[in-house]
Amino acid sequence: MAGIQIERVGKRFGGALALDSVSLDVADGEFVALLGPSGCGKTTLLRIVAGLETRSSGAVRIGGRDVSDLRPADRGLAMVFQNYAVFPHMTVFDNVAFGLRMQKKPREDIERKVRRAAALLQIEPYLDRYPAKLSGGQRQRVAVARALAVEPAVLLMDEPLSNLDALLRLEMRAELKSVLREAKTTTLYVTHDQTEAMGLADRIAVMQQGRIVQADAPTTVYSRPASTFVGGFVGSPPMNFVKVTASGRSARLDALDLRPPADGDLLLGFRGEDVQLVPPDEGMTFVVKVAEPMGSHLLLTGSAAGCPVRVVAPPTASVHAGDRLGLRPDPDRIAWMSQDSGLALDGHA
Amino acid sequence: MTGARRLMFWSGVAALCAWVLVPIYLIALGAFGGRAAAFRWPKAFTLVNASLEQLATFLRIEGVWNAALNSVIAASLTMALSLLLGAPAGYALARYRFRGAGAFRLMVLLTRAFPLAILALPLTVVFIRAGLYDTPFGVALVHTALALPFAALVTAGLFAGIPRELEEAAWVFGCSRLQAFMRVVLPLALPGLAAAAIFAFVISWNEVFAASVLTVRNRTLTAYLLTVLAESPLHYRFAGGFVLIVPSVVFIFAVRRYLFALWGVSNR
Ligand SMILES: Nc1ncnc2c1ncn2[C@@H]1O[C@H](COP(=O)(O)OP(=O)(O)O)[C@@H](O)[C@H]1O
Ligand SMILES: [Mg+2]
Repeated sequence: MAGIQIERVGKRFGGALALDSVSLDVADGEFVALLGPSGCGKTTLLRIVAGLETRSSGAVRIGGRDVSDLRPADRGLAMVFQNYAVFPHMTVFDNVAFGLRMQKKPREDIERKVRRAAALLQIEPYLDRYPAKLSGGQRQRVAVARALAVEPAVLLMDEPLSNLDALLRLEMRAELKSVLREAKTTTLYVTHDQTEAMGLADRIAVMQQGRIVQADAPTTVYSRPASTFVGGFVGSPPMNFVKVTASGRSARLDALDLRPPADGDLLLGFRGEDVQLVPPDEGMTFVVKVAEPMGSHLLLTGSAAGCPVRVVAPPTASVHAGDRLGLRPDPDRIAWMSQDSGLALDGHA
Repeated sequence: MTGARRLMFWSGVAALCAWVLVPIYLIALGAFGGRAAAFRWPKAFTLVNASLEQLATFLRIEGVWNAALNSVIAASLTMALSLLLGAPAGYALARYRFRGAGAFRLMVLLTRAFPLAILALPLTVVFIRAGLYDTPFGVALVHTALALPFAALVTAGLFAGIPRELEEAAWVFGCSRLQAFMRVVLPLALPGLAAAAIFAFVISWNEVFAASVLTVRNRTLTAYLLTVLAESPLHYRFAGGFVLIVPSVVFIFAVRRYLFALWGVSNR
């Protein structure tokens, strides 16, 4: 078992900066999700950890050992590729056994470990088949089984669920979580899907343009985003930001009194479900443009103080387009941001 | 397909088949039909009095077997050399981005544009000095030069078609670069490599100019037949032509599936 230390890793492709001095510690047995929009450098970082890409600067340690200049084979890790990269000329059994055979394990050992990984991923019935005869979901399981069979100290996964349809993705997500928790494998998991990151990870590292902008527990990232970018990227609907000008550590929005931690041009950040709906004269005024019944809740889209706002109301609330309501955000769950920098004010990150 | 397009499609197919098959058929007719068939005019399209006599006589011509052996040696060497040199070039073209990759590709092709006739004399001189003149190995060297561009570009396409991630997965799971190539890339490329190899073989087998210039006594079959048959009766020439064509046709036919795959018509 081993943790991963990424120390000020930088990467340039020609003139373009793909990674800007990224540092991240993944503890032994921890599951960290690298989350960010497409093109922010997640894959590049993962490939540098794997040794498939050269770094421009910095270092990578696995289990305390500097692996920066080692071949992928010598880093003691396993990887699940986005397009699975299952060997088409080998049966499922040979695919899963590949890493073990390279380690020159005894035959009975290989047999036993392959069967166990196959049982875990429920691919036992297909062990004699070739990948061409498998569905996308089954191939994905083969790729995961191949990685788990070697009982790696460190497991890297690059959007392993992104090629699956929505239902299968949900199912595989739950399975992955239980399998990996059981194996206690240190995992670095790349995804651009924030629900996936929220559901799977012990910690989420949010990336933006080649930097990690926040690395915290999912609930912290969700309710205490380090910047407007994180608040807007994580969660659906995204966090609301309403412009406020404060002086003397106080501000007023319509009928709402606020106690911001600083003065000047601020953003009042709050989640759609962290508000109380009150009569219009008791909170900040919210004009409803669209009301969407989602079954589990009622999604209200409108504006407050000139800023777009989304509110999650109880499914039974009787609100219609054109209604004027008052909003009272839960004071404990407000995230204050600076309008200039877009960064959080209250000491988080 | 509409009626008109169907008609065009099948007439195209028929024309292409005729383009290749009719001459082969006529040669076969001449080869098996004997003296009478070879000289008859207008040509009969059916075989009367088929006999193996001219083929048998042809095969008894002095030196034919020796020339055939030389041809096989030269073609085999060409096959081995062009693959050994061409496949690594193809791999590099497919896997590495380097400055001038496009220009390199073009240069490789341009070597085919250089007329062999201009090279013939200086090459002969050099070969005589190097002791390569009049040897199957010398012929194979020239044929390798002819087959190499083809081998490099075809194998580049072949390797480019094998996802890089498969190789990377092999590295991650414990392979060195060589092991990953041997265990993952090679098995996947093998059918295509075999096809490329056989193509190189056929190029050498059919080549006559360089083989004629660079040999005197150790002629390859094509070069030998060119000189011997020029003085032979017509029906023997047909027999000789037939013997030359058959191996090429058989080889190409054997690897047709992989050639289709190379050209992007898979699963046929
Ligand atoms: N091999 C490469 N050559 C040049 N630029 C690259 C290469 N790989 C990635 N990039 C660039 O680096 C940036 C980060 O890419 P990537 O790590 O794949 O992002 P992500 O996985 O987060 O979508 C992108 O701008 C991409 O265009
Ligand atoms: Mg990516």
